[in-house]
Amino acid sequence: MRGPGMSRMARFFRSPEAIAGALILAALALMALVAPLLFSSDPLAIAGPPLTPPFQDWALPLGTDRLGRDVLAELFHGARTSLVVGLAAAAASLAIGAVVGTLAGFAGGLTDEVLMRVTDAFQTVPGFLLALAFVSVVGPSLGVVVAAIALSAWTGPARVARAEVLSIRERDYVAGARVIGMHPLEIAFREVLPNALPPVLALSSVIVAAAILTEAALSFLGLGDPNRVTWGGMIAEGRAVLRSQPFLSIVPGVALVLTVLGIYLAGEGAVEGTAVRRGLS
Amino acid sequence: MTRALRLLRRRLIGSVFVLLIVVVGSFLLLEAAPGDAVDAYIVSTGGDAGLVESLRQHWGLDQSEPTRLANYLWALAHLDLGQSVAFSRPIRDLILERLPNTLLLMVSATALSFGLGSLLGIVAGARPGSARDRILSIGSLALYAVPGFWLGLVLSVVFAVQLRWLPIAGIESIASGKAGFARAADIASHLVLPVAALGFIYLALYLRMMRAGMAEVWRQDFVRALIARGIPRRRIVIRHVARNALLPLVTMLGLQSAQMLGGSVVIESVFSMPGLGRLAQEAVAARDTPLLLGIILVSAVLVVLVNLAVDIAYAFLDPRVGTSEART
Amino acid sequence: MSTPAARMPLVSIRGLTVTYEGGEAAHKGRPLPALMETDLDIAAGERLAVIGESGSGKSTLALAIAGLLPASATIEGKIEWPGFQRGPAHGRDIGFVFQDPAASLDPVLTIGEQVAEVARTHLGLGWKEAYARAADLLGRVRLPDSQGALAAYPHQLSGGQKQRVCIAAAIAAGPKLLIADEATSALDTIVQAEIVTLLRRLTQEDGMTLLFISHDIALAAGLADRIAVFRHGRAVEIGPAAQVIEGPRHAYTRALLDAHIGLDAAPLVASTAGTAR
Repeated sequence: MRGPGMSRMARFFRSPEAIAGALILAALALMALVAPLLFSSDPLAIAGPPLTPPFQDWALPLGTDRLGRDVLAELFHGARTSLVVGLAAAAASLAIGAVVGTLAGFAGGLTDEVLMRVTDAFQTVPGFLLALAFVSVVGPSLGVVVAAIALSAWTGPARVARAEVLSIRERDYVAGARVIGMHPLEIAFREVLPNALPPVLALSSVIVAAAILTEAALSFLGLGDPNRVTWGGMIAEGRAVLRSQPFLSIVPGVALVLTVLGIYLAGEGAVEGTAVRRGLS
Repeated sequence: MTRALRLLRRRLIGSVFVLLIVVVGSFLLLEAAPGDAVDAYIVSTGGDAGLVESLRQHWGLDQSEPTRLANYLWALAHLDLGQSVAFSRPIRDLILERLPNTLLLMVSATALSFGLGSLLGIVAGARPGSARDRILSIGSLALYAVPGFWLGLVLSVVFAVQLRWLPIAGIESIASGKAGFARAADIASHLVLPVAALGFIYLALYLRMMRAGMAEVWRQDFVRALIARGIPRRRIVIRHVARNALLPLVTMLGLQSAQMLGGSVVIESVFSMPGLGRLAQEAVAARDTPLLLGIILVSAVLVVLVNLAVDIAYAFLDPRVGTSEART
Repeated sequence: MSTPAARMPLVSIRGLTVTYEGGEAAHKGRPLPALMETDLDIAAGERLAVIGESGSGKSTLALAIAGLLPASATIEGKIEWPGFQRGPAHGRDIGFVFQDPAASLDPVLTIGEQVAEVARTHLGLGWKEAYARAADLLGRVRLPDSQGALAAYPHQLSGGQKQRVCIAAAIAAGPKLLIADEATSALDTIVQAEIVTLLRRLTQEDGMTLLFISHDIALAAGLADRIAVFRHGRAVEIGPAAQVIEGPRHAYTRALLDAHIGLDAAPLVASTAGTAR
């Protein structure tokens, strides 16, 4: 007998969009993993004469930037940064959101009110402004960027988790746990939270995509980790020679678009795989 | 009407609490910064310890945290946002100067994205699964994946640099002496690219939401009843299905306002527009904490106001609001 | 002397077989049809009740006649409309009332607009006249304060009132055939009787043909001229109402009638008499 996980995978691969998305993500992951092997030297080091056009020198397939750095190497290393930030920020947001949402939903009453007002507050301040302020206060580094993004992204998962918990906590197995004397916190995190997770996790692709875009914007403004290659930083660098060498800003942008698109396609494919298709009459 | 007013009152009270949390939270966050505006000032202009001391005293930066928070809240109650250290001007004046440009940008971008987005979404959703629908669907997904600042750069390169159809930067031609309609046209031409960059991304969002919403509404039983009554398809699509599908989009308007305000930071930076977003970037560069705090506060107030307006609009659009039949 | 036109039925159905996609248990590899080889004539002006339990095919018959079957359904056989040059049009020639009145009305528009739009579509009226006709119709279906009701929203009405609105919308264009598909099943018992009375009066006043679908044979008895009993997709008995009720020929019909417990029926449980409270 095929289990539910197997048929979900089968349905995922029936959609051409999902396959395209998965392929793009696989390519991205490959780039990220391969980067230090293929381009073992520091990508921020000067590799050749500045502003070499692409496809001229096969040692520098995509040419060099304003300072003479290898664009292809930067592209591959940038993939690492984007992937790391995207996944870490999403993980952090989902974790914080799930915990806060579960606490609010399960405890109810004043705790719920207070936590929801706090969530409102974090949603009212534009996320990018908050990230901007946080990075400027603490200083730009990869961990700080991840935290800055998570600082506003946790509210979505929190609301979803809370809504799930509100419906779950009325169910019989929760009442059963209460009867046998389990501590409320234990019930909340051992019984309720795991069952509230699926819809929260459904948000993950959206959050990863948003995190990658936010990181790119922060780097573009010069607030990214200065010791790392980022696609946003590359775009900012290319801006100075936009008229003569638009290529330098366009390529990392295309990489960003493809990456985010891949995440969306794969994410939608995963959702479609679990949804039941209904015929339209 | 009373239904809308009751809703408004309840939301206002809640919003005050939320804004209070924002104020205190932001204050504490920015207090955590190592060094303050005086340090940044000294670094750029030079000075000795005595100058630092006197400057601190002058700006009230030497007092304890709770005292400064209390002072800040008191000043806020009088609509005084404090002084900007970097610009040596009252923050309120600075913000009020820059705010209209950002509002112009945001309102235009919202009108573009919501209007055109929902229209295209209706076109796509009128025949779900058609070729038209699939093209719009994939296209909007790709557009939604584009970073706003990059789109701004690309548009700038193509239309301003290469084709020279539109100006590259700023909100209007400097010292052109234009007035009245000519000035408005000048500002409009400067706004085209930034509004396009900011608006196209969210256009994709509204398109997808409308499309999905319409697919959802089509499945509902009352559509079958409308067909049974012989109502023409065009009227069903526009007056019934789109009208119902509009509701979640209106809610999204409120939620998107915060995101769009954040997006305006980079767009204003790309196009060198003198708006609130750019001011935030300048505040970060100058480590001007009170200015940044003021901008965050004003942004939050803006978002709250937009959400309130959206809630009232929604109450008008959905007659079930405030009753037991209402959907959250 | 009856003229040929009078003898011609409104609808003539021959060999109608409807199969839904992905339908019930496959029979020799093909799904079982919901309606099988049905022959039926509906005379103009008559009130025909189609009775059956779930799965009998009665709703399928109604939807097939109204042309409201899903696109994925397979239809074999013929449905002919002798009096019509072109096929009958939704709303203009056939009015349809669904089972759930709440699910038949657009929740965000006023009921006035929803009735008026039918009149406007089929009668070529302007909005002002259409609304006037809507007020008229709401009065005919006995909705209190028909003028004020124009501005009301569906959620403000009770189930019975909503169904009256749906009936008003169904007859707004003056259709020749009114189909009520389990139109009373979602309503309270007393309201059911009111709706049945309403349907009888309206069809009489307008000379409409009525096709009344229900699982409740007793309810139909008070309304119908003829009764058709369906089971498992086939008609098992068709005849004048009085005859079917008093002298049913088919065992199934008899079983349906027996299942109804009237107030004059013998008590099911022998009363433990004497132990009065």
